Amino acid sequence: MIHALLHMAGRDLRLALRQGSDVAMVISFFVITVTLFPLGVGPEPNVLARIAAGVVWVTALLATMLSLDRLFQSDYEDGSIDLLLLAPAPLEILVLAKTLAHWALTGLPLILTAPVLAALMNMPSDGYLVLMASMLLATPTLSLIGAVGAALTLGARRGGVLISLLVLPLYIPVLIFAVAAVDAAITGLSPRPHLLILAAMLAAALPLAPWAAAAALRHSLR
Amino acid sequence: MPNRFSGHGLTCFRGERFVFEALDFSVAAGEALVLTGPNGSGKSSLIRIMAGLLSPLEGHLAWDGEPIDGAPEDHSASLHYVGYQDAIKPVMTVGENLAFWAGLRGARGDVGAALDVVGLGRLAATPAQFLSSGQRRRLSLARLAASPAPLWLLDEPTVGLDRAAVGILESLIAKHRAEGGIVILATHQPIAAGDDAGSLDLGAYTARRQVFDDQSEGAAA
Repeated sequence: MIHALLHMAGRDLRLALRQGSDVAMVISFFVITVTLFPLGVGPEPNVLARIAAGVVWVTALLATMLSLDRLFQSDYEDGSIDLLLLAPAPLEILVLAKTLAHWALTGLPLILTAPVLAALMNMPSDGYLVLMASMLLATPTLSLIGAVGAALTLGARRGGVLISLLVLPLYIPVLIFAVAAVDAAITGLSPRPHLLILAAMLAAALPLAPWAAAAALRHSLR
Repeated sequence: MPNRFSGHGLTCFRGERFVFEALDFSVAAGEALVLTGPNGSGKSSLIRIMAGLLSPLEGHLAWDGEPIDGAPEDHSASLHYVGYQDAIKPVMTVGENLAFWAGLRGARGDVGAALDVVGLGRLAATPAQFLSSGQRRRLSLARLAASPAPLWLLDEPTVGLDRAAVGILESLIAKHRAEGGIVILATHQPIAAGDDAGSLDLGAYTARRQVFDDQSEGAAA
């Protein structure tokens, strides 16, 4: 099973790195959208500092979603999904592998870019580390929940929009606790409870989301 | 190793209509079955049902009389499915494409040997986007040679293949049957699956049942 997991994740990473555009697109979207906010709300430093955590996090959610529809779509179009379903390894493991690859290609670059954008938004420097910690705990959850949405909308026309409608409401708890963690750190409180709740969400999503996504995939091909 | 693959009373319902109904088949180890029938008679659907990718509305599949519902993973592990889509990633090389599918089935064997069998050995390091459609088909068939499985389900395997490649496929089928494997293939083109290959004309099982018919009326067919 570990072999199948690494084998699958390795292929998706290799594909994405050869095609190259996906990571660049996510990061560009993240950077451009965050830079719109100072232009939109004005350059008042206090206002920007106040909304920094929320802006960075909301944009990160949207950036994650941008790449979700490709998660299963290309395998669906070329018939690979049939063979993945017929592989001796459990489909749940293969879905988990694809989701981890998705996270490595979107979540990880977002984490690395976030402090730069936080500085741009004049976030107090106390928040940087907690911002990154919250993203480290929460972006895998985003990819996992997103995988369920991507599996459910597979084969649907305009699936990308449908994923947003399905998945964004489920991202709300993640957003609330992630932003609360950063705000707590900035105001001198302990971010620990919020981070623990984010970790709990990840612990729940890790086994449940691949299971649900695999069930949705099987169903969509029947 | 199981030696008889069969289906009992299979009824296929696709796209708001009954495709075929009350279809039975049985293939023993070393045998081949050729599915024929006009377009739309359900050859691809039957192959997908046999692979477990589709659920029949009625009926079941069995290995040695044992329904596969209890162990769908064992069933998947014991078959190769070659559909009309090639499942080839254009940015990966020919060798990488085959190595991925073989590796997923736990085969650590020599991918190069399997490519040589289908005549793609020289192209192992070429990105798959440069393959012609016949070569893509050959690469798809190389999966059969790259990892063992007792049951081969081939959906129109000869589309786009030249005469030489059809010959390669025929010899692969003959070798597989000689080793006790089962081959089921749907095709419109003449292909020698062996002199004693059985054939199943799906035209004979075309469903008479209409969507709003009473279930009990159609069952007699």
